[in-house]
Amino acid sequence: MTLDMLHFTPWTALAGGGLIGLAAVWLMLAVGRIAGISGIVGGLLGPRAGDVGWRIAFIVGLMVAPWAYRAVAVVPEAQIDASTAMLIAAGLLVGFGTRLGSGCTSGHGVCGLSRRSWRSLVATLCFMATGFLPVFVVRHVLNVGGAA
Amino acid sequence: MRKLVFAFLGGLVFGLGLILAGMANPAKVLGFLDLTGKWDPSLAFVMGGAIAVGLVGFRWAHSRAVAWTGEPRVWPALRGLDKRLVLGALLFGVGWGIAGICPGPALVLLGAGSAGSAGSGKGLLFVVAMLAGMALHAAFQTIFARVSAPSGVRQPEQ
Repeated sequence: MTLDMLHFTPWTALAGGGLIGLAAVWLMLAVGRIAGISGIVGGLLGPRAGDVGWRIAFIVGLMVAPWAYRAVAVVPEAQIDASTAMLIAAGLLVGFGTRLGSGCTSGHGVCGLSRRSWRSLVATLCFMATGFLPVFVVRHVLNVGGAA
Repeated sequence: MRKLVFAFLGGLVFGLGLILAGMANPAKVLGFLDLTGKWDPSLAFVMGGAIAVGLVGFRWAHSRAVAWTGEPRVWPALRGLDKRLVLGALLFGVGWGIAGICPGPALVLLGAGSAGSAGSGKGLLFVVAMLAGMALHAAFQTIFARVSAPSGVRQPEQ
């Protein structure tokens, strides 16, 4: 392993992370809900009365974010190397897995760890561990791409 | 109405944080997961920044039973470890590592896509597949609950 000092951005990462934490705390203080994106989206499938509006409002907020960001600064270019087949497989696994495991990077990784939840710590360690595997296979076994 | 504005602002700030942190760029996320190659530790700093704020904020929120909307807070109800948690997280990780996209950034990418940024159709494709995966889980859960009635426990949202 070597450190990728060219792409490493500690300060914006910390600041952006701080904003994410702030948003999660805000949602709990103001609306009383956990800012877990997979849970917020998943709750729209099989919705319960009176439990839909805030979910859609939160999702719209997320989608508007790049537009708002663009109004004051340059949005960093997003690079998606995955092929169509890979994107479909990835989406299916992310959708199914986050619902089965009751959370994703935000619900377990940010909110859960902030609440010092034992379940979320285990979940985070699990998805970090298996998240590393496809990257290893694609970049170092199959030798595809990798110059991110 | 107040509840909707609160939720919208939460999503907006969350999304701005993801973009500033570089996490709306799947290539950067994969750079973190590329442990054996050229490793970009940024994502760890994002988590660190978020959790530093969250530790203080959630402790405060825990001491107040009612949200600003006047409704009671909904905390995750599940306790203890179970197979679903572990298997679900393991599967999610594989999907995350394939494309470098998790649910939050997926929605930001979807929004950016409609603004004509790069990777427009790809964000949409991922989100559609993700919704299909969630629907698949919901279907499985219904079938599972029908087969073994007592264990039809509804999973709380995280």
